[in-house]
Amino acid sequence: MIRFDNVSKTYPKQNRPALRDVSLEIERGEFVFLVGSSGSGKSTFLRLLLREERASHGHVHVLGKDLAKLSNWKVPQMRRQVGTVFQDFRLLPNKTVGQNVAFALEVIGKPRGQIRKTVPEVLELVGLGGKEDRMPGELSGGEQQRVAIARAFVNRPMLLIADEPTGNLDPQTSVGIMKLLDRINRTGTTVVMATHDQQIVDQMRKRVMELEKGRLVRDQSRGVYGYQH
Amino acid sequence: MRAQFVLSEIGVGLRRNLTMTFAVIVSVALSLGLFGASLLMRDQVSTMKGYWYDKVNVSIFFCNKNDAAAGTNCAKGAATQQQKDDIKAELNRLPIVQKPVQYESSDQAYKHYKEQFGDTPVAGLVTPDQLPESFRVKLKDPTKYSVIKSAFSERPGVQEVQDQRDTVEPLFNLLNGMNIAALCVMGLMLVVALMLIVNTVRVSAFSRRRETGIMRLVGASSFYIQMPFILEAAIAGLLGAAFACVLIVGGKYILVNNWLAEKIQVINFIGWDSVAAVLPLVLLIGLLMPALAAFFALRKYLKV
Repeated sequence: MIRFDNVSKTYPKQNRPALRDVSLEIERGEFVFLVGSSGSGKSTFLRLLLREERASHGHVHVLGKDLAKLSNWKVPQMRRQVGTVFQDFRLLPNKTVGQNVAFALEVIGKPRGQIRKTVPEVLELVGLGGKEDRMPGELSGGEQQRVAIARAFVNRPMLLIADEPTGNLDPQTSVGIMKLLDRINRTGTTVVMATHDQQIVDQMRKRVMELEKGRLVRDQSRGVYGYQH
Repeated sequence: MRAQFVLSEIGVGLRRNLTMTFAVIVSVALSLGLFGASLLMRDQVSTMKGYWYDKVNVSIFFCNKNDAAAGTNCAKGAATQQQKDDIKAELNRLPIVQKPVQYESSDQAYKHYKEQFGDTPVAGLVTPDQLPESFRVKLKDPTKYSVIKSAFSERPGVQEVQDQRDTVEPLFNLLNGMNIAALCVMGLMLVVALMLIVNTVRVSAFSRRRETGIMRLVGASSFYIQMPFILEAAIAGLLGAAFACVLIVGGKYILVNNWLAEKIQVINFIGWDSVAAVLPLVLLIGLLMPALAAFFALRKYLKV
């Protein structure tokens, strides 16, 4: 599903690489936590997965494709098979919940009939059944994140990337979000989640990868958060 | 591709940047209006050239009896029939001359003169014997005038060789100068229009960075992401071009048909067919140029 072969990434005009010599493999259907302090390279790792950046050295394989060899115009096709969720939800404030989810389908040219059928289904799945016509501003943070997850999942992606999805939420709401992500993972979707939330990592007991100053320093199945911050 | 979705995005974008869109429309309208006007002016100059060059010719004026003291070639008084016949024969041998060579007698010259000046007081001052006889020579290539001049101006009996083009040339030079000036102004306006478009696209891309960011994440193709911006610019440009067309048609109607044509009747003015030929070009440029400008601006201001 995901394979890194000796991947390094150095941003232009910076001496210290953001990632150095990272090699790892993530299988189909896994649930992986990515932990590490700020500046350890988590964001760079996720950006490489989405091909927002290209690796300076080494090869990144996602969904069986070598991203270095993927031409620019094929990148959108690749991203359609990857869902993304962020700390700040990234919803469109002037569209309703339903329209926000539908937007993801409209811009990749899905037929209207299919959109009308799938949007309520996926909103039901994330626990927002019947809230299609609400505006994002009327919802709580947890509900907004559910909308974002619905949008990420509406294409039934093979891979879901979550960048601190619970970063803006209180612990109780976070648990709900994690349950949802776990449920999505059980449908066969691989989940890679960067987080600072110790409680969640310790509770879930999933595979944990720790980055420190750009190096992969720990890769543990059924791991814990493991360091104090 | 869902047309309705794209169209609603464009509508939102145009409304959001209403002032900028307006500025783009006005500057495109002015620059393309000038562009069309200068094309029409060039047309006008070339029809006038065709019309006049067809009418004008090289005149070889002969000495008449009053010129004995004046011209150097005319020392012997009026040109003899022999001299005239020699020159006529020689003209007929020259390949650049369009045959037949026309002869204008003093009486005919007087008649033309009367036609031109009619019953005005000047007409009474001239008598037929004051006007010289002449050959009116039409050249196949009007620019070869100097050949005739050098061949005949020093002949005995020839008073003067005159190219009538010399009298109309300054007018054409003036018109051409005006045309170049109009093109320069148009060029400047075009640069202004392009910069406005680039800036509009930048503002538009910035105010929609949330939408475009999400589009990118969910895998919309770059074509799909850029399309609304490019169409926006193209629509604004097309509106500007439409206004330019209105300006051109209005200008032709009011300025040329109603004003100039009544004042100056000797000039053949361009017809609606020339205008009709210019309008599609104006519209096409108005559509393509802003779209291209937007496309290149997007490469800089919109990450896809």
